[in-house]
Amino acid sequence: MPDATGLELIAQGLREAEGESVVTDTLFFRERATLSVEPAHIRAVLAHLRARGYAFLASVHGVDYYPHEPRLGVCYELLDMANVERITVKVRVPSTAPELESVTPDAADGAGWPTANHQEREVYDMFGVVFRGHPDLRRILMPEDYEGHPQRRDFPIGGEPVIFTYNEHEALGSSE
Amino acid sequence: MSEYRRREQSITLAPFEQQLEDQLEAGGDEPTQELLTLNFGPHHPATHGVLRLLVTLQGEVVRDVKPIIGYVHTGIEKTAEDKSYWKVIPVIERMDYLAYYFNAMAYCSAVETLIDVEVPKRAQYLRVIHMELNRIVSHLVWLGTSALDLGAISMFWYCFREREKILDLFEMSSGQRMHTRYFQIGGVIEDIPRGFAEKLSGFLAEMPSRVDQYGDLLNSNEIVLQRLRGTCPLDAETLLSLGVTGPLLRAAGNPWDLRKAAPYSSYEDFDFKIPVGTQGDNYDRYACRLAEMYESVKIVQQALDGLPEGPHITEDRKVALPPRHELATSMEALIHHFKLVTEGMRVPPGEVYSPVESPRGELGCFVRSDGSSKPARVHMRDPSFVNLQATSPMVKGAYIADMIATLAMLDPILGGIDR
Repeated sequence: MPDATGLELIAQGLREAEGESVVTDTLFFRERATLSVEPAHIRAVLAHLRARGYAFLASVHGVDYYPHEPRLGVCYELLDMANVERITVKVRVPSTAPELESVTPDAADGAGWPTANHQEREVYDMFGVVFRGHPDLRRILMPEDYEGHPQRRDFPIGGEPVIFTYNEHEALGSSE
Repeated sequence: MSEYRRREQSITLAPFEQQLEDQLEAGGDEPTQELLTLNFGPHHPATHGVLRLLVTLQGEVVRDVKPIIGYVHTGIEKTAEDKSYWKVIPVIERMDYLAYYFNAMAYCSAVETLIDVEVPKRAQYLRVIHMELNRIVSHLVWLGTSALDLGAISMFWYCFREREKILDLFEMSSGQRMHTRYFQIGGVIEDIPRGFAEKLSGFLAEMPSRVDQYGDLLNSNEIVLQRLRGTCPLDAETLLSLGVTGPLLRAAGNPWDLRKAAPYSSYEDFDFKIPVGTQGDNYDRYACRLAEMYESVKIVQQALDGLPEGPHITEDRKVALPPRHELATSMEALIHHFKLVTEGMRVPPGEVYSPVESPRGELGCFVRSDGSSKPARVHMRDPSFVNLQATSPMVKGAYIADMIATLAMLDPILGGIDR
């Protein structure tokens, strides 16, 4: 893990390279470093961190901060294998326009992260964050015709009826 | 056809194959061959679970493969948000159902980091003993079923014979054979019972010779060599870009192992080696896992010999239940017990991602707390889910029989993939 000073140095480097407004917050909590960045610059930030050695994207996952806005968060867990340091990059997008640049494909600003393919699909499936430029953005765990994004905090647990033979017609809404 | 189905069934062929396909389509003569799209699974004994593969074949050669998952999605991450912290452990253990101790370890270490509670040394050693035994169990199930895929039926019984002995040990320490709920936040639920150490020693003395026997049966078996050696290799760089970790990455020559790189739960105390391969083919994947079993035995032996005295769970009464006998005599203990059982523990707000090295790679648990007694988000970065993405680059251009072998060597656990 980079220490608190190391985190500030990384944030400083990012601000110098990508502009003052890129890093919105840094947090050093329980020996773990987190960088909050502007959603629009996520690709540039990850490319910058890759150049600094954080070349392995361990995980991409979503968080719902309901009722706080911007409500949806996406975390990128980066790992520097040579120095065994981890850093979390976090972006927040509003639930009204949950859009984010996909980091999966190769693009003009550098190589992509193929590992994010399935993981971004999962975030889309569970939270409804739309990843622009994703090669194959569709649901991955839920059925294709499923409505809603079940990991959101306002999606009720047990909100679906259990389907048995006696209630399948009411539950599935067929006319028969 | 819906957009979803259309994209699901779309195939991506390499330029060379595309050329061939154009030739097939444009050729005035009667085409002599055509591409065949085959649904492989979801119910197929060789898919190791409910995995569906959409395979595009040109004769016997795999030209494209698409894994389709979600058939056993049970919403465990969502369920966990509705349970108090310590009640999450039983559901989380059911994700990757062959590596239940690892699921619990990833989750418990994340919550322990949030609470900032220290785990006693004895509990750390007990955790290591159970995790490494679990790694052997997981590898045994993998070896038995994989050998079955390759046609070596008797391996299955030999592997399950040893697995049974480990499950007996788990039953002894926790009362359960699988999904033991042995790890608790702050330690383990109970100290090991009398007789456990002797039984474990007996097993450890026997196990290396058993692994030798597996090796004798398979290592230079003509069929195994032909099926595994040189098939479907992938280099370490591609694997890393796909996020693949664990034995698959080590087989390609990259000795990345969290137990060595970023030791947790006192792994730094033990002397063990990281087996690595050179070619990154199916044979190396097999050989790495086989060698890992010896190393796990060594770790368990050292942990058992050096098992320190002391409490098996933290003495912080806000986190761990008080001992049973205190309830009759101490009012304070009774209150703590009541608070923990009814409401559960309150965890300071924050977010933590905590990875451990599971039998399949980096198993990370992300926990977000909002200060209440239930987690606001639990996410498992399951290694099988990420590793599955390597299927397509591995098997493109290989024979369909090699795809079966590769899938076996990939060792995906669908319970962990779908969660």
